[in-house]
Amino acid sequence: MITPVEFKNVYVRLGNAVVLEDITFKIADKEFLGIIGPNGGGKTTLIKTLLGLIKPFKGEVKVFGESPETASKHIGYVPQFSTFDMTYPISVHNVVLMGRMAVKGGKKSFNKTDEEVVKQSLEKVNLLNLSEKLIGNLSGGEKQRVLIARALASEPKLLLLDEPTASIDSNTGVLFYDLLQNLNKEITVIIISHDIGAISKYVKKIGCLNKTFIYHDSKDLTKEMIDKSYRCPIDLIAHGVPHRVLEEHHDS
Amino acid sequence: MIPEIFQYDFMINAIIASILASIAFGIVGSYVVVKRIIFISGGISHTAYGGIGLGILLGFDPMLGAIAFSLIAAFIISKLRNNASNNEDVLIGIMWAFGMALGILFTSMTPGYTQNLSSYLFGNILTVPREELYMMLLLDIGIVSITAIYFKEFQAITFDEEYARVIGLPVDNLYLLLLIIIALTTVVLIKLVGIILVVALLSIPASISQRYITNLRNMMLLSIAVGMVLTIAGLFTAYYFNLAAGAATIILSVFAFLLSNLYLKLTNK
Repeated sequence: MITPVEFKNVYVRLGNAVVLEDITFKIADKEFLGIIGPNGGGKTTLIKTLLGLIKPFKGEVKVFGESPETASKHIGYVPQFSTFDMTYPISVHNVVLMGRMAVKGGKKSFNKTDEEVVKQSLEKVNLLNLSEKLIGNLSGGEKQRVLIARALASEPKLLLLDEPTASIDSNTGVLFYDLLQNLNKEITVIIISHDIGAISKYVKKIGCLNKTFIYHDSKDLTKEMIDKSYRCPIDLIAHGVPHRVLEEHHDS
Repeated sequence: MIPEIFQYDFMINAIIASILASIAFGIVGSYVVVKRIIFISGGISHTAYGGIGLGILLGFDPMLGAIAFSLIAAFIISKLRNNASNNEDVLIGIMWAFGMALGILFTSMTPGYTQNLSSYLFGNILTVPREELYMMLLLDIGIVSITAIYFKEFQAITFDEEYARVIGLPVDNLYLLLLIIIALTTVVLIKLVGIILVVALLSIPASISQRYITNLRNMMLLSIAVGMVLTIAGLFTAYYFNLAAGAATIILSVFAFLLSNLYLKLTNK
């Protein structure tokens, strides 16, 4: 099995500032990794590096054994819906259809297979009944699921989510993580969030990013992680997550 | 009995020009509005003024100068987007002013130039000659074909550019192509309403349409229809009340925009 993601001593600069420093980690197939860290800790930069939108000035990134530029078609990228214009006149169906462009490349027009995959993707996120609705008329949680369906439509081997619960209420959030756990049975999932309380309950592994990346291939939050990015424990306390959640994982 | 207004050749030409221009700005204006690049379009059209001035000074067709300068502007803007210092808007503003200043400089250097410059700034649709109609038709054909070919791709980059890049679309080239058709459209519009008012015709019909439709293609079709109604209504208003056609069109458009918004507010849409 090819390793989905591997970083080897990666350094990334934005302008003159070094944003990521000596990042080394590797994740296994069907992993469900949560990456936490303070805002400004380099989470977005890590995503962009993984997607091949930013090149590191030192080190090596491999996605499914390839360079990120050529491998990004295997990644189902789910951005934050709050960052783009929701007055755009486009139906849920047509947003999801965009995911098919990743697979087809070139100038081919959409065919029956594409429509079928779009339908299945919408079914997986339970939105088939809203298919013809304008994207702007959906609730926050529904919009986020549309973006997941779009990612699924590209039949990815890795699902990469950027702060997916930032703009949805906690109730919707729980359903949302159930959905991700379900999807994780088939594909690798990486979720990036500043909200450790929410994700720590669902992911299999946790890493902490604040310029450097602390990751022990486990779900334990170590004192080192907490010290390195002091905002993590603040979130932890604020969300009242019991400690056992973070220290279990001996059963497997 | 044909009404008097249709017996004048210049009036027939003006009506045809309005229809041809509406096709261009209905399509391109829709992209400009959904991608929110009205300032960029303004930058491109104002830079074109430098080319008009150069044409007047050197004695070639000022519209060719406008095409050349607006294409250069489109190219520069496409390069500015990826600069690291992220001051794209400042640089576009500078280019905007520089193009205007060049236009004024060139025309003031032209010996014996007395033609009214305001026809380029504010348009003069009543003086559109037949040859210019052919040029507009040609540009329309170009814009419609490019849009038909790249509809999916343009939709992807205007809806979510980052995602388009991730899935491997040639975003930079597509964006340049989009800027090129914006540039050509602003040139078409210069004759109609003039450089200063181009921004209004790119944005108003498309903004009105956006609220009534559910997909981009229909937005374009409705924008074209709204544009035709507004420009021809502006023409008639100008003819019967002896007003400047460009200004009349824009004022009507702004009223239409306000009325549409009022209607949507009252019907709670």
